[in-house]
Amino acid sequence: MKVALFVPCYVDAFFPEVGVATLELLERFGCEVDFPLDQTCCGQPMANSGCQSDAHDTEALFARNFAAYEHIVTPSGSCAHHVRDQMTAIEQTAAVRAVRRNTHELVEFLHDVLGVREFPWAEFPHKVGLHIGCATLRGLREASASEIREPAFNKPARLLGAVKGLQFVQPQRADECCGFGGTFSVFEEPVSAKMGHDKVADHLEAGAEYIVSPDMSCVMHQRGCAQRAGLPLKFIHVAQVLNGARA
Amino acid sequence: MSRVDHAEASSKFIEAKDHAEFHDKRLWDLRKKRDVESEALPEWEELRSLASAIKEHTLTHLADYLEEFERNATTNGMVVHWARDAAEHNQIVFDILQAHDATTLVKSKSMLTDECEMRPFLDNRGIEIVETDLGERIQQLDDEPPSHIVVPAVHKLRGDVAEVFGRTIGTDPKNSDVPYLAESQRNHTRPYYLRAQAGMTGANFAIAETGSFVVCTNEGNADLGANLPNLHIASIGIEKLLPKVEHLGVFVRMLSRSALGSPITQITSHFRAPRPGTEMHVVLVDNGRSERLGMEDFWYSLKCIRCGACMNTCPVYRRSGGLSYGSTYSGPIGVIIDPTFNLRKYSSLPFASTLNGSCTSVCPVKINIHEQIYKWRQIIAERHQLPMVKKEAMRVAGKILSSPRMYRAAVEAAAAGIEKLPRFLVYNPFNAWGRQREVPASPPSTFRQWYLKNRGKRE
Amino acid sequence: MSSREFILQRVRRNQPAWRQLPEVPSFARPLADPLADFGTALKRMGGTLADPPGSAALDDVIRARFPTARVICSADPQVEGTRRVDAVRHPGDLADVDVGVVRAVFGVAETGSVWLSEREFGVNALGFLSQHLVVLLDPRSIVANLHDAYAHAGFREARYAVLMTGPSATADIEGVLIRGAQGIRSLTVIPVAAKSAATATTQRRTS
Repeated sequence: MKVALFVPCYVDAFFPEVGVATLELLERFGCEVDFPLDQTCCGQPMANSGCQSDAHDTEALFARNFAAYEHIVTPSGSCAHHVRDQMTAIEQTAAVRAVRRNTHELVEFLHDVLGVREFPWAEFPHKVGLHIGCATLRGLREASASEIREPAFNKPARLLGAVKGLQFVQPQRADECCGFGGTFSVFEEPVSAKMGHDKVADHLEAGAEYIVSPDMSCVMHQRGCAQRAGLPLKFIHVAQVLNGARA
Repeated sequence: MSRVDHAEASSKFIEAKDHAEFHDKRLWDLRKKRDVESEALPEWEELRSLASAIKEHTLTHLADYLEEFERNATTNGMVVHWARDAAEHNQIVFDILQAHDATTLVKSKSMLTDECEMRPFLDNRGIEIVETDLGERIQQLDDEPPSHIVVPAVHKLRGDVAEVFGRTIGTDPKNSDVPYLAESQRNHTRPYYLRAQAGMTGANFAIAETGSFVVCTNEGNADLGANLPNLHIASIGIEKLLPKVEHLGVFVRMLSRSALGSPITQITSHFRAPRPGTEMHVVLVDNGRSERLGMEDFWYSLKCIRCGACMNTCPVYRRSGGLSYGSTYSGPIGVIIDPTFNLRKYSSLPFASTLNGSCTSVCPVKINIHEQIYKWRQIIAERHQLPMVKKEAMRVAGKILSSPRMYRAAVEAAAAGIEKLPRFLVYNPFNAWGRQREVPASPPSTFRQWYLKNRGKRE
Repeated sequence: MSSREFILQRVRRNQPAWRQLPEVPSFARPLADPLADFGTALKRMGGTLADPPGSAALDDVIRARFPTARVICSADPQVEGTRRVDAVRHPGDLADVDVGVVRAVFGVAETGSVWLSEREFGVNALGFLSQHLVVLLDPRSIVANLHDAYAHAGFREARYAVLMTGPSATADIEGVLIRGAQGIRSLTVIPVAAKSAATATTQRRTS
């Protein structure tokens, strides 16, 4: 199966290991992974600020770069959510609609499209606090949300549950937002930082050694808070754990 | 009118550590209580869908229901007035009071009267107004607006209340025992019910079928105010209409569970006609609601039943407090309706959000709050109400991120070290990032560089 | 143009496309023991369900519960009290009432609520100025949930109808729950049927 990989800018720049793990993981399952070299960004930063006209060209470039692919996978829930549900600054041609429909976040791609459940090469003997970003949770519906009365399900946990030695711990506030929120992290810094500090403290108190997440943007923010506070917490992306990272 | 600066106000709020911690924990506790209630009702999500559908139906037939309500209320002996805006509402209320020689008014909680700024209007015309809801009274005596639509003084600790009461109603300012403070307010307020010439309430729901309105409270203050003086005035927003009595089964079941995590308020009162020998006046208020009804992306906000569940769940609201929104309506619901009152003044509010969507998930009438927040951002950007810094940053980001060459240069520079961060993040907002967080470290290579080396063809 | 015309015209012009009114189900659930469910819900809301009085006179039961009460004002023919509510001229005259006594028309098991109107209060303020309220309730009148409650004709007939659920309360100061805010400090429900229909009719007040 041919798959195009979309790597968000902050992963490209600061967490390339997440992109590497994503690619290797997809290859393990027999995917032929392309990385369109002219890719940039999905347009989310501008769109989330209401700047549709500023988002236009970036979204158009995204659509062009990925038009040839039936499966577009990205290790970022917020990017996948933006593409699928909010990429409207550009004309909605059939090709654009196809690209939007075909874009998946990594976990949902593994869980729903490939349907995989086993990761025999993986072992992660640590106590893990799972953090699902809000766009991934309530936008992509990768898990049941605590506000809604519905049967419980959790795709990232389902996959991570197959990893040898991994133990989940439960924070007090299961799915309260961590406060990244894109440009919110900068333009509403006081509340953003408070939320981040509260989040990592909650996980730490629950006994987490690692915070594992499908959302590196959230991780970037939480790690920044934890490091500043000198907390003994480590952070890692779901892709890395599923791909066999031991630490 | 100057813009509300939510971020600035939130910074001050967070600095007061004890207050901020209590505020966050107390409101999260109300959210948890709401969860417990929702778990006890297997039909919870069905009730939400029903409540939403009933409201949507009503709003799409609102004119007919308003006329039906007026017809029935008038037949019952109520006097129905219509106020197109806040000023007219205040004038109508004053005229009714004047006509009855009423100079003292006891009033229960009504966000609508706060929205209309009724109190200063009546104050200036010699009407003595006593807020009877405990939280509203604390705020009135402290000359501060309410901070939460259900628990108006949630941002205060008992010591603050002791200080306010000590200063104003003669309690011992060093005694912050909560039962003592509550009892003091009870004893201080009771004589007012007995001597006031007029009582005023809001309404949670107005029923077209019977021309009646419903007031849901816990303290007993609304019913004391309604049943002692010979004049009862009720201010009702036109969006409060429901078609039939049977619909109250849905809404009364949802309201207090959503607001406080209790199955019903202690007192749920249904007013259909005045007591013999007394008068009951209803003021139906528009004040922008009919216009909002015509906004394709925002009319769903009129479904709101003022439960406050969105505030309780909002992580931003809990950590910044209602007063930091600078409006009668704060939190998520405030964010989507305040811009209709004044786009410029409230232009920062839709950005006081992470778009996490928890508000939408708790809303008993399924208002798509976070989607409306997203939409408001577009309007604010289109109408040039974004702060210059952000506008510029987004313009330049849009240029760089749509050019593969410029993007690659930016990513490589960023990866090489934050100091070399391109100016597209104008005015170095990473200064803001770095106030309370470490910045990411520089990796040995970017993903793209790794890919080209390990998997890629030559460029 | 009057404000009425202005508002109605604007509303009519702006009303979005027609949405259908849904049917409201009854969410009926059979109750094994309505009185017990009612009692549990009432207790949770801060009220008290007393034992059935058996052969004891209601006045004695009430006196035993409120031994220091000086003014017991009854709106119900089954309880004498010290003052009859029909003797009250002005609502404010009830300000010294220690215990008010009323009979509710029905109860709601879901919430522990009792239904009262101006007819049951005699004077509405009795339910709010009294320091304590005693509510007589026929256990056979308990309905399952609020959907059942809202089917009651009283909502169309009464000038003033109240679902009272426990005593008045507030948690406005630091979230500390206070029972007995500004209205009644306690609400006690005594499960007892009304006297025979004939007797009840002759004693019914006109509103």
